Amino acid sequence: MWLRWIRVLENTKVGLSSSSVSYEMSTWQPGASREALLRRACLLNRLRGFFAARSVLEVDVPLLGKSSITDVNIDSIAVTVDGTTGYLQTSPEYFMKRLLADGSGDIYYLGKAFRDGEIGTRHNPEFTMLEWYRCNWDDHQLMTEVADLVNMLITEEHSSPMAVTKMSYGQCFIDQIGFDPHDADIERLRRLAVELGSSSWSDESRGNCLDLIFSLKIEPKLPSGIVIIHDYPECQCALSKISKNQKGQLISRRFEVFIDGLEIANGYLELTNIDEQVNRFKDDMQYRMQEGKSLRAIDQKFVDAVLSGLPSCAGVAVGLDRILMRALNATAIDQVLAFSWHRT
Amino acid sequence: MANYSTSEFRSGLKVMLDGDPCSILDNEFVKPGKGQAFNRVKLRNLKTARVLEKTFKSGESLEGADVMDKDMQYLYTDGDFWCFMEPDTYEQHQATEAAVGDALQWLSEQDICIVTLYNGSPLSVTPPNHVELEIVETDPGLRGDTAQGGSKPAKLVTGAVVKVPLFLDQGDVVKVDTRTGEYQGRVK
Repeated sequence: MWLRWIRVLENTKVGLSSSSVSYEMSTWQPGASREALLRRACLLNRLRGFFAARSVLEVDVPLLGKSSITDVNIDSIAVTVDGTTGYLQTSPEYFMKRLLADGSGDIYYLGKAFRDGEIGTRHNPEFTMLEWYRCNWDDHQLMTEVADLVNMLITEEHSSPMAVTKMSYGQCFIDQIGFDPHDADIERLRRLAVELGSSSWSDESRGNCLDLIFSLKIEPKLPSGIVIIHDYPECQCALSKISKNQKGQLISRRFEVFIDGLEIANGYLELTNIDEQVNRFKDDMQYRMQEGKSLRAIDQKFVDAVLSGLPSCAGVAVGLDRILMRALNATAIDQVLAFSWHRT
Repeated sequence: MANYSTSEFRSGLKVMLDGDPCSILDNEFVKPGKGQAFNRVKLRNLKTARVLEKTFKSGESLEGADVMDKDMQYLYTDGDFWCFMEPDTYEQHQATEAAVGDALQWLSEQDICIVTLYNGSPLSVTPPNHVELEIVETDPGLRGDTAQGGSKPAKLVTGAVVKVPLFLDQGDVVKVDTRTGEYQGRVK
């Protein structure tokens, strides 16, 4: 009896962080129902079948590495390995690109990824990621394959596949907000961000303001079914190629996929130019320094691989837990994970 | 006061926003694609009772508000102020009409209320969930009509008007839920 009370007290003390989900006091049980467990197993099976039929090779790359990424908005989890610092990988991207540079051909990874600080109804610091690369494909070819895969994964037998809508990022802004984001004045973006968010957005970067406006004003109004947004602003290029759209504006060849408004994937026509790659790393470091974030050394082996020649390719990362949420109409990621972070 | 970062925002936390004390109702973590994470936060302004929705960059912080809830006994009013007393220290607090707000129509002397103090002064008053009050004005009761549905308005001694069953009369004491304003039963 005493032991039980102590446990209850401990559970209360732990508190439940930033998430808006409330958890029961004692949670040894899994968050996923029996149905959710079965559905996950079935989904993973189908997925492997999909890629086997298309001759894309499954690769198992390290989850634990000596380096991490420099990305300004993604924080990795540092761990101690044999007395030195290692990092749980935030995505299999660098290892996969090293395989691609070595001539692997089309490959996919299905496994875990870790990101620090991401906890909420749609986030868990450990999650299941599917990432794949298609050599000599462009981003639009890959978008079609993503839509095919998603429909194959979650469409029940005898029901018709979800509609697929493709829209450019710029057009979404013009339709929903009434201006073109690619040449909008930064002060205009900041004013709108302050109006939608709070006074703290008054000196934010272009990219952050655009993200806020997109999340609050455009995402809720996306059509149902599978929606693919492509041609992101140049300032949000991450590791994608930059090119010009029909209006002659610089855009990044990046796309995101949503199902009924829930973001599930992010893809690129991959950047292969080494000089530009290194410049982006340097910009990241600069930004991290300004923001007082921890600095990460540039992954030299990745740089060397790109230097030796990354084949022209398109790649995409998919959050499988999110797809499962949609398949089960779950409202929280906790309902599709055996044990979310709060339950461990 | 301490500062609280977005990851510490949870329901019930009291923070300062644009100079007003607010209570956090809900906090949702949002992270767009490769973008900056942010938190969509619902707050209630404790001065105006209005619910606001704000979005902060994750990791930003707000100053905590010196707000606390205390059980106090309602003593009396002089028409300008309503006087409450802390039962353990006998310390008295004067609440303005704005602070008493809707609680006014339920308050009887000696009632134990929750008084929300902001920087030491009463900001709002929450009456007891259930109060027992005498009917001072209503249409004459229909004796024997206890089984029938139907109701009529009745004015209570504190000024509130509630719907009561037809059989009740002036002088009867009724129990009312102050959160809904609904009649709960007759008190013998």
